[in-house]
Amino acid sequence: MKKLFALLLVMAMFAVACGDDETVVEPVAETPAEDPPADRIVSLSATATEILFAIGAGDLVVAVDSYSNYPDYGPITDLQAFTPNVEAIASYEPDLVVMQTTAVAAELEALGITVIQRDAPADFSGVYAQIEELGRATGFIAQAAELVLEMETEITDLQADLPDADGLTYYHELGTDLYSLTSSTFVGEIYGLFGLTNIADGADPDGALGGYPQLSEEFILGANPDLIFLADTIFAEQNAATIAARPGWGDLTAVQGGAVVELDDDVASRWGPRVVAFAEAIADVLAEVTAAA
Amino acid sequence: MTADAQSAEASADPSRGTRLSFSAVAISVVWIAIAVVLAMTTGPFDLAVVDVGKQLLDGLPFIEIDSGLTTTERAIVTQIRLPRVALGLMVGATLSLSGAAYQGAFRNPLADPYLLGIAAGAGLGATIAITEGLGDGRGAFDAVPLAAFAGGLIAVWFSYAAGHIGGRSPVSLILAGVAVASFLTACQTYVLQANSDVIREVYTWILGRVSTSGWGEPLLLLPYFVVTLLVVLRYGRALDVLAVGDEEAASLGIRPQRVRVIVVIAASLGAAAAVAVTGLIGFVGIIVPHTVRLLFGASNRIVLPLSVLFGAAFMVAADLVARTIMSPAELPIGVVTAFVGAPFFAVVLRASRRYVW
Repeated sequence: MKKLFALLLVMAMFAVACGDDETVVEPVAETPAEDPPADRIVSLSATATEILFAIGAGDLVVAVDSYSNYPDYGPITDLQAFTPNVEAIASYEPDLVVMQTTAVAAELEALGITVIQRDAPADFSGVYAQIEELGRATGFIAQAAELVLEMETEITDLQADLPDADGLTYYHELGTDLYSLTSSTFVGEIYGLFGLTNIADGADPDGALGGYPQLSEEFILGANPDLIFLADTIFAEQNAATIAARPGWGDLTAVQGGAVVELDDDVASRWGPRVVAFAEAIADVLAEVTAAA
Repeated sequence: MTADAQSAEASADPSRGTRLSFSAVAISVVWIAIAVVLAMTTGPFDLAVVDVGKQLLDGLPFIEIDSGLTTTERAIVTQIRLPRVALGLMVGATLSLSGAAYQGAFRNPLADPYLLGIAAGAGLGATIAITEGLGDGRGAFDAVPLAAFAGGLIAVWFSYAAGHIGGRSPVSLILAGVAVASFLTACQTYVLQANSDVIREVYTWILGRVSTSGWGEPLLLLPYFVVTLLVVLRYGRALDVLAVGDEEAASLGIRPQRVRVIVVIAASLGAAAAVAVTGLIGFVGIIVPHTVRLLFGASNRIVLPLSVLFGAAFMVAADLVARTIMSPAELPIGVVTAFVGAPFFAVVLRASRRYVW
């Protein structure tokens, strides 16, 4: 039982660590409209950091957590995003803290700090809502609206030029332990825009694994996906060559057809402005694969 | 300790003997055969037993048989299922044998291969390798298994050094192991807390997985498995004598301290290598030796070899469950060994009235 409990614990942690648990959408605190815009922000969410800088509010950000590595001129500190320390955060004297985890939100509010807690949304409209919310909280409302419009346009354009990819299957790799994600996650939702079918969906049909099943190698080989997307190119240094070198993988359709896509681990796990780049990467490989066929 | 020792001797009573019976070996071999055949033919790919058999025969030198399998199916048989079964056999055998050896050497029924901190040391090693981004987590010669192996052996060395200072009795060594394990687990938790982005990778490792990428893992474990097997099995009789107590053993011409050190080092070497390759798989080292003891007798000359055989069968079966029960998702094998193994052991324990450790 202890081990089973440990497993459940791991899954819970995994969901938090990955930050893509779309079930957590309830805000800890709404930002009341009458609040004056924040001018000292601590961001403990790599996605929020990207959004804040993209809407021009970067100058207000006084500290970001250790994973907020983009844009790379951000004020990175050793603040922890998932095991936050209230006093360490408070020492930056923020009036707004943006975070992914619900931990310590109540303590921060007790100190009079506004907290916006947001995890991965279920779909693109959720992404836009989070961008607009950060715009309101910082006073960069027009810039946020502009960013949303820009993203909407680019996504619409990508979809308009979409080759007929219906029926193509894909495998999205999160790590060499063969963890993947299903269509029910935000990242899975992006692939869904292009009509792709996820081979991992059958591994977690009821969402009991939070949308993040660990697949068996034999299953992946049996599913023989048309496309392979690697979201472990930085952390685990995987690439098309290492995939082809795995026993039994060399004959996969995706490997033979050159459809192994090396994604940026961060871009493929955040829901900020760079999801457009992620969507472009998908569109590009689809164009190549369908042109070849 | 003397009372315990006497009861241990009593349970290894002459009526049950110290000789390995042919039927016990035959039963275990049948179990291994069943587990291996099921493991080789079960999976997302529906492969016929005959075709798998042909493919395996084709792999032998001087035999050419066309199994009629596709290239991918061939890879499934020879590069995925077979190395996985081979690894499962060796890991199960090694952990069970190490557990039995520890129990004999320490005259303690609760001893398992992780007693002297191997799990904690290996866990810390693996955690550091993962957080530092060393290696890519695939393959046997990756940084993660190597760091885990080193961590496990360093932990045993710490325990031994600390326990030796505290006195020469096995109890002080066990206590030292508890202290070392707690300390290293604390270190691991600290490292993990500061690197929460790798929690998934680390816990995947901790819960254990008999996954392979080709033949690297089984081949890496093979030499340690062989050494552990050859050394520990030689000491069956000596461990039986040890069961009557150190002083009595000494009077019978056995050097208790020497036997204990050799057996524990050999068992630790094997356990550390197994842990390095597959992560922490719990309960096997306790359940298998005790089940063997209950069913076939308590003499180490019986328990040690049968633990090897039944441990091998148990691990292959557990891995089969781990990779099929939630297919196509995989369940960590540590969950299976504990969830299936612990209740099974409880039933065996209850059914056996005369089990006296």
